[in-house]
Amino acid sequence: MHEMSLCEGIVQVLEDQAEAQHYTRVKQVWLEIGALAGVEIEAMRFSFDVVTRGTLAEHAQLHIIETPGQGWCLPCAKTISISQRHDPCPDCGSYQIQVTGGDEMRIKELEVE
Amino acid sequence: MCTVCGCGDGETRIEGEEHRHDEGHDHAHHHPHAHDHTHDHGHDHHHGHDHHHYGQGPARAHAPGLSQARMVQIEQDILSKNDRYAAANRGWLAARGVLALNLVSSPGAGKTSLLTRTLEDLREEIPMSVIEGDQETANDAERIRATGARAIQINTGKGCHLDAHQVGHALEHLDPEAGSVLFIENVGNLVCPAAFDLGEAHKVAILSVTEGEDKPIKYPDMFAAAGLLLLNKIDLLPHLDFDVARCIEYARRINPGIQVLQVSARSGEGLDDWYRWLRLQREARQIGHAPTGSSA
Repeated sequence: MHEMSLCEGIVQVLEDQAEAQHYTRVKQVWLEIGALAGVEIEAMRFSFDVVTRGTLAEHAQLHIIETPGQGWCLPCAKTISISQRHDPCPDCGSYQIQVTGGDEMRIKELEVE
Repeated sequence: MCTVCGCGDGETRIEGEEHRHDEGHDHAHHHPHAHDHTHDHGHDHHHGHDHHHYGQGPARAHAPGLSQARMVQIEQDILSKNDRYAAANRGWLAARGVLALNLVSSPGAGKTSLLTRTLEDLREEIPMSVIEGDQETANDAERIRATGARAIQINTGKGCHLDAHQVGHALEHLDPEAGSVLFIENVGNLVCPAAFDLGEAHKVAILSVTEGEDKPIKYPDMFAAAGLLLLNKIDLLPHLDFDVARCIEYARRINPGIQVLQVSARSGEGLDDWYRWLRLQREARQIGHAPTGSSA
């Protein structure tokens, strides 16, 4: 359940940005979560509601943009899509894959007032 | 309230800190509207790609008559705050030439036994200290101190992992000696500690042969993040069906560069290789970061 800590991280970022960006309330939050980020999306939604209570993001709507996993297959020397870290290359079956995308956890944008 | 940075950290307790950080995030139980937002999810990942709201102009203002809502692009990693603390820890450790290792495993893989054995075997040769992370009790820190090494316990309360901020405070109290090795024994958990950089030089994963050989692919994030895998309790192999070669193959699928050593903290088998790895890492750590002699 590190989703709870991740949501605390989100609230910290929102609070830190509030002064610089001149807002007092966050109404919607868009996150970008990669398929390989090790995040359970439903747990994230649950934690977000719990953690934001009593903060400037209370009742904020959470939108999660799930980005696909990507890897670089060394034998094929090309980018492939993977859904888990231990997936083989769909073309050659090799496990010599470097993850190149889909492990991000980012706050993309906010609707604030 | 923490006097250093004004933090309030839930239920975290660090030995030697007088105050409890208990003014933190426990607002879960005081609110009557527990389920306001549970039904509006599931299909909203269509947002965000088909419209771009650069700048701060009004957009999608859906609260007529109230103050104007606007969009803000922030593009920040969720863990950016933790990562900043981790970077500060890493700088602090580097300036002192301290090799910090983040030990991660399931509960019961033998982290603490391996650690106490290492501390006993190398205590004449290498200065070492320990940060112990557990949800509750200072039992492990006491086991460590029984070897003569300095140790500080962090109790994370309900937290399932250490974070860089807790470790930063522990560093202030522990003040590891210049040129020493610092072991950070994380909470027993193969999932959550993977995401939280503590400022360590390496994560060292410990997997015992009494666990499933497929753990590397069941918990891929941890094995992807680790630089070294210690396969522990190999003295028990004759009594088990554990397939060592297959386990190593799984680990390399996830992380082709991972180093694997087979050890037994009980019989001592393989520990020489682990100690050699430690000596080499410690020496490499000091190149370009010669200890400043400020350890007194």
